[in-house]
Amino acid sequence: MTKNRLRYGLTPYLFLGLPVLIYLVWVIGPMLYSFYLAFTSWDGFSPPQFVGLKNFTRLFHDRVFYISLSNNIEWIVLFMTVPIVLGLTLAMILNGNIPGEKFFKSSFFMPMVLSLVVCGLVWSWLYNPAFGLINSLLRSIGLDRFARGWLSDPDVVMESVITVAIWRQVGYVMILYLAGLQSVDPDLVNASEVDGANAVQRFFHVILPQLAPITVIVIVISIVDSLRAFDLVSVMTRGGPFNSSSVLANYMYIQAFNNYRMGYGAAISVILFIISLVFILFYLNRIAKEEGNG
Amino acid sequence: MAKKSQLPFAVKALLYTLLVITTLVWLVPVFVAVITSLRTNDDILLRGFLVFPEKISIQSFADAWKRGGLHNYLPNSFIITMPSLVLTLFLSSLGAYALAHFRFRGRSFFYFLFVGGTMLPFQILLIPVFRLSDALGIYDTYFALIAIHTAFQLGFCTFVLRNYMMTVPIQILEAARIDGCTEIGIWWKIMMPLTIPSFAAIATLEFTWIFNDYLWPLILIRTAEKMPVTSGLAILQGQYVQDWTVIISGALIATIPTLAVFIFLQRYFIEGLTLGSNK
Repeated sequence: MTKNRLRYGLTPYLFLGLPVLIYLVWVIGPMLYSFYLAFTSWDGFSPPQFVGLKNFTRLFHDRVFYISLSNNIEWIVLFMTVPIVLGLTLAMILNGNIPGEKFFKSSFFMPMVLSLVVCGLVWSWLYNPAFGLINSLLRSIGLDRFARGWLSDPDVVMESVITVAIWRQVGYVMILYLAGLQSVDPDLVNASEVDGANAVQRFFHVILPQLAPITVIVIVISIVDSLRAFDLVSVMTRGGPFNSSSVLANYMYIQAFNNYRMGYGAAISVILFIISLVFILFYLNRIAKEEGNG
Repeated sequence: MAKKSQLPFAVKALLYTLLVITTLVWLVPVFVAVITSLRTNDDILLRGFLVFPEKISIQSFADAWKRGGLHNYLPNSFIITMPSLVLTLFLSSLGAYALAHFRFRGRSFFYFLFVGGTMLPFQILLIPVFRLSDALGIYDTYFALIAIHTAFQLGFCTFVLRNYMMTVPIQILEAARIDGCTEIGIWWKIMMPLTIPSFAAIATLEFTWIFNDYLWPLILIRTAEKMPVTSGLAILQGQYVQDWTVIISGALIATIPTLAVFIFLQRYFIEGLTLGSNK
């Protein structure tokens, strides 16, 4: 009997053992190790030297760090608002049975399966100053003054890159809202219609509140993804010109793997982690509450 | 949902036209990519983009495939993606089973460890995983990539599978237990077959994620011959700086596998996305 219970008691740990071990070695352990490295000076070859807070004090005087941080913030704001507005609008329109529904959905959804590298390359070509579609079109309709080096002009380069991220994201947000709309209570919508609420009122006062849980998830995902943004910048601009499109993820990579300042790179990644952690904890807390209710 | 509201016909027509235009604008990059790949570079450089092509050519596809090295990069992507996919599904199904149907100390801790890990900024892992791979002697091999993909994707897979397994009634498992089935037997013969539907969804999603990864080969692979197609495209871009027809053709070739997933497994892909977001 005791033996039996013991076996039963050990069972979950046996199942968890291997996956948890691998997860600890490749994910959690490395994460903690980065915290240690952030307090060292290390070129990647000789042993790391402990330097206390030096990396962080330097970071707070680093102009490129602030450019990157503000670019990340701009990325978050645009990456959140535009896809939510567009994705939700599309979901509302495509939720009814309209002709060609499948075509519309697929068109917005398709960019999601393309790699960011492919997106970055194709858009770099669209943005090409001499032969790209955008400038060609502008010139052909006499709007030459708007034609510019979309990826070489510091004033617009960040927005040009973020546009690509948004192009890829809208379909995803649309899908999430379409799923969310399935759970909107039709009785409530009907009741409000009977009570004389018009389409706009119904949307803002009946449908939108019921989509709040999805909206929260979309916002968290958008923020976390914005902070991870790397591929597009790496492929399209490498942070240039003059660091004007640098983001933290890209700056970290350059410092650690191009300049061999591993300690400094680790410090940037720790900052990135701490910002993300706020949202990760918020998300986990929500899940914990749902678990409690469920 | 309520019956579609009674908007006037004119408004409906206007909305519909707007929708069609927006959709076509959305697809412009795709049209441009296809047109570019079928033209010759000289033609574009001499006569500009906005003209009717003088001749159609698929030479740039051949160039990207042969001289551009995609014949090498594309198979590499599969060599890296498929084992990672199988391993991460296998391992996470073990962990998810424990988390779904057993009560034990540390249950929520491990669960939140997996869920929280899915949202980590990758940058915090780069240097240590680079070091770890080097120390294990797998740096610059496929194994380095397979290991990190398997490990990192455990988070998401465990999360989704665990929630799916929670929906399997405990009575079924209890019945098997009373019949003398071992725990491994329950996991393999009862749990696994019942979770097949969610496997399809997760596998489809994970395939595109791992296949499309660009960051890790940058860190863990040095030899160009071992690069997957994402990094291969970046190399191609450097190799054919001004020849956009080859670069774009390469990008289109690299897209075929995930596009096939999109066309044939779209239902599962969407299911996976929604499974992951609202449990």
